[in-house]
Amino acid sequence: MSKVINQYSAKDEVASVFVKRTFLQRIFITLKKAPFTAWLGMTIIVFYLFVALFAPLIAPYGEAEIFKTPYAPWDEVHIFGTDRLGRDILSRLIYGARNTMGIAILTTLLAFLIGGGLGLLSAILRGWVDQFLARFVDVLMAIPSLIFALMLLSIFGSTALNLIIIIAVLDSTRVFRLSRAVGMNVAVMEYVEAAKLRGEKIGWIMGREILPNILPPLVAEFGLRFCYVFLMIASLSFLGVGIQPPTADWGSMVRETGELIQYAQYDITAALTPILPAAAIGILTIGVNFVVDWFLYLTSGLKDEQK
Amino acid sequence: MSKNRDNSILLEMKNISIEGYSDEAWHPIIKGVDLQIHRGEVLGLIGESGAGKSTLGLAAMGFVRAGCRFTGGSVLFGDQDLTKMNENEKRELWGTKFSYVAQSAAAAFNPAHRLINQTIEASVSHGISKTETLEKEAIKLYEEMQLPNPTEIGGRYPHQVSGGQLQRTMTAMAMSSKPDLIIFDEPTTALDVTTQVNVLVTIRNIVKEHNTAAIYITHDLAVVAQMADRIQVLRYGDTIEESETNKMLKSPKEDYTKSLWAVRSIKKKENKNKEKILSIKNIDASYGSGPKVLQNVSIEVPKGGTVAIVGESGSGKSTTARVVTGLLPPDKGEIIFQGQKLTPNLSDRSKEDLRKIQMVYQSPDTSMNPRHTVRDIIGRPLEFYHNIKGKAYTNRVIDLLKMIELDETFIDRLPSELSGGQKQRICIARALAAEPDLIICDEVTSALDQIVQEGILKLLLRLQKELSITYIFITHDIATVKAISDEVVVMHNGLVVEQGMKSEIFSPPHPDYTKLLLSSVPEMDPNWLTKILSSKN
Amino acid sequence: MHPILSTLIKRIGLGVVSLFFVSLIIFSSIQLLPGDFVEAQLGQARTEETVAAFRKELGLDKPFYIRYVNWVGAAVQGDLGSTFSGRNASYANQPQQSTARTVTSLLKPRLYNTFFLAAMTAIIAVPLSLLLGITAALYRNTFYDRAVNASALTTISMPEFFVAYILIIFLASIYQFFPSLSNVTSSTPFLERVYLSILPALTLTLVTVAHMMRMTRAAIINLLSSPYIEMAELKGLSRSKVIMKHALPNAWAPISNIIAFNLAYLIVGVVVVEVVFVYPGVGQLMVDSVIKRDIPVVQGCALVFALTYILLNLLADVISIITNPRLLYPK
Repeated sequence: MSKVINQYSAKDEVASVFVKRTFLQRIFITLKKAPFTAWLGMTIIVFYLFVALFAPLIAPYGEAEIFKTPYAPWDEVHIFGTDRLGRDILSRLIYGARNTMGIAILTTLLAFLIGGGLGLLSAILRGWVDQFLARFVDVLMAIPSLIFALMLLSIFGSTALNLIIIIAVLDSTRVFRLSRAVGMNVAVMEYVEAAKLRGEKIGWIMGREILPNILPPLVAEFGLRFCYVFLMIASLSFLGVGIQPPTADWGSMVRETGELIQYAQYDITAALTPILPAAAIGILTIGVNFVVDWFLYLTSGLKDEQK
Repeated sequence: MSKNRDNSILLEMKNISIEGYSDEAWHPIIKGVDLQIHRGEVLGLIGESGAGKSTLGLAAMGFVRAGCRFTGGSVLFGDQDLTKMNENEKRELWGTKFSYVAQSAAAAFNPAHRLINQTIEASVSHGISKTETLEKEAIKLYEEMQLPNPTEIGGRYPHQVSGGQLQRTMTAMAMSSKPDLIIFDEPTTALDVTTQVNVLVTIRNIVKEHNTAAIYITHDLAVVAQMADRIQVLRYGDTIEESETNKMLKSPKEDYTKSLWAVRSIKKKENKNKEKILSIKNIDASYGSGPKVLQNVSIEVPKGGTVAIVGESGSGKSTTARVVTGLLPPDKGEIIFQGQKLTPNLSDRSKEDLRKIQMVYQSPDTSMNPRHTVRDIIGRPLEFYHNIKGKAYTNRVIDLLKMIELDETFIDRLPSELSGGQKQRICIARALAAEPDLIICDEVTSALDQIVQEGILKLLLRLQKELSITYIFITHDIATVKAISDEVVVMHNGLVVEQGMKSEIFSPPHPDYTKLLLSSVPEMDPNWLTKILSSKN
Repeated sequence: MHPILSTLIKRIGLGVVSLFFVSLIIFSSIQLLPGDFVEAQLGQARTEETVAAFRKELGLDKPFYIRYVNWVGAAVQGDLGSTFSGRNASYANQPQQSTARTVTSLLKPRLYNTFFLAAMTAIIAVPLSLLLGITAALYRNTFYDRAVNASALTTISMPEFFVAYILIIFLASIYQFFPSLSNVTSSTPFLERVYLSILPALTLTLVTVAHMMRMTRAAIINLLSSPYIEMAELKGLSRSKVIMKHALPNAWAPISNIIAFNLAYLIVGVVVVEVVFVYPGVGQLMVDSVIKRDIPVVQGCALVFALTYILLNLLADVISIITNPRLLYPK
């Protein structure tokens, strides 16, 4: 039987192991432990961002530059051939990274600004503000968002700005629900009550007490919402009501070269032409999903530890 | 204690080790523990949170939870080693030879089935007897467990009966197959004291009556003293001490065992003070449009003293605190603080009023922002109320840390890097930073282990002496009340039953409820439960 | 009143209320039209007379609430107004007598097609994903679980048209098992209809199974961690008994919600898939009408989709309510 010393001292109470590390050190340690899928996801994202940022330097030709031969086959001049109008597919793929991702990121940011802000406000204020917003969002969500977007686009027309605003507003309903739910979980915590008892203003409570604690689920949700918005814009463009020509965009590119798919039995490279932009969409989404999955695992893992 | 024990060994655990998986590594939970249990014997397993007592209890059945594994030792039941058996072989024993009674009956009953079906389910599926016979026996067991309407209660669903009744039904369920060994895993921890007594009595009787062996797991030494023939003390997965109940209580060998009843050793002399700092007058309060949770509550708080508000769950003691702090404006009545009327609503109070009344919560885990460091947590009130900044700020935070017996090495830690007792000390420092006149302590020690409780209570008493702060101490624990209070308020169902000096409240004559409450608190005396029973009959 | 009845009534009442607001939103959309829309629609046929006639037909000369009541009244009787397309010519000749087709006549055959496709998908997808989800939960953290999960995550990440094109390349072009154009008509016999619909149904199945399977897995794992499941195990019940008697009765509510959610998702997926395979359903009609900005048709389609969506969710909630023992057997 082990001997226990009964010299009680508050300082010596055993807490979890305490090693002071800087933020960067922590990130480094976490990254070292990241699984393969997470690395793959991060590599994909970095690669896409690189292509998007330096598109004019990488692309062999201009975004809307037209060459003589439409539907040119894959060769040295046009690595992935040309489209119906004779534009270089590879160049359009590279510029597409810029346009498609840019619009999706802007839309997601806007959705978070609207939905996140209102959601947090709802969680703290409660009462009729919360009731009104929550019911309003319920009604908006009773219409499938793609259908709603189609309807609104038919009325306002498919400009890039309309696209961003409409999808951001529709998607902000989901952000609202999440941030309201997680915000409420935190808002009922005693440390928020303690801040109220101290006499803190709503700005402090939102920004300093609640926000830092709901950041992990919100960051994960940002990844998922980005995927959703990205796929939705791609779908709308594919349907011909999204990003309009001559802007290079992956969804529209699939639409424009879609008929080539029929020739798979004769020339597989021709059939692959519409697959390329579609794969570009899919691969980015997979990458983001992998990273989000890992992030969720990390943050929920921390939660278990605290119990 | 029990006379009809034959001395043969029923179950023997030898050098059992169990590991749990967390944070991508295996960590030891049980580190080579020996445990023996004889036929008809009740063994008490006692220890604080993290001692591994539940894990050990389940291991006695050969069961480990998901994410845990046996890494050594054996569990011998007769000539079989449970650690070497496969799932199917163990299933033959579970529900026949072994039964389990869980801590939370409300969660352990399946909401979709009637009680009677769940009671006899194990026996039916193992083919112990015919369903009709088992049902009749179950009704008899319900009767023995003193459940109301034993013939009908089985037809109900779990959510239709009270927590105490559900816990007794679960004991009947465990008895249904007439097992050799029952594991009771903190069966009364979730219950109020007045409910606990009855459940303890029925459990003890039925176990004796049927001569069943049991492992009784709890953190409460007074409870285990009533139930067990022998006690084994666990800490961090190791056995600290093991002996017969009487011997253990009279002459514990290890310091750690002695520390288990640390709080009960604090004695504070009561002080009387005529001057009142706070008067609550005729308060009625309710949540939303719900029923009244406080009815005509009046409480006087003497300056520089400690008033303990004691009561069970639903008595309105925490609601009283919410009314005083302004979180819940009352329907009627007024609050006089330092001779002036306090506005009922928090948002209408001045910063100065808010500063003077501070609050410390039950759970330090939820009352400190996990993303703020100790510096932010203690420092914010300094900045907010006293406008202290820069170097003075850091110095004052360190002063406060010293005041609570910690030092400047803690200043950059996050709450997750502190132990339970340290966290609660930081919460106290946060309250002190405001330089308040009154601190409301809402169950501040009930989430902590005994030895840590003692430390916190001593700290609070010392601070009171040095800074002459007034405390309102809300608790359900009578030992804590005795340790710390000058005056006591007993509450029940939203009413004040009585208020007076500590010595008055704890000496007869008592109003009925106080009598019931005081008599329900288990005492270290192993014959306490027997005495209670005989005094009732 | 029995609490289950009052809860049901409350839930159905809520459904009616959201239906009211949804119809209001869809109806008001026509009010949001930019001012020059009427003139733009009429194009060559724009004269003062035709503009006035068109405005009158749209009801723009009456107060909002009267127009709404009229519209809803007509919609309930199956009249969703007339299409815009083909109007130019008719207005030019005979401004008073529009020969435009009614929205209902356009919608009806397509509605049948879409429901056929959705039903076909659901018949394959629902049992398959429940099976995959439940087995993945039971054998969690095994190779099987990881494989199923990873492929589900991959499928979810793919746009529907990508999945559709891959299927076309392999199953319609290189190996010509199925047609890549699903041009069904009202006279197509049943078996041929099934044959023509196989590729779109397969595409939708892949996408919905991935979603539904992941959600089922999560719900089952959540359920299996309940203390009453551990209790059942400690009673020595066999694994199948634990699942059938203790997990399943409590699983109806989450599972019905998952199915409803995914069938609703299916409705949205239908739009893209119908366009890829040129399948004459409501989704394709809606996209065509959006491009042509034929608002009444868009409204009709949106109403049909929203109605289905609301009803599915209502049904799921009703199932959760009537299987909840707390409501079934009140105190």
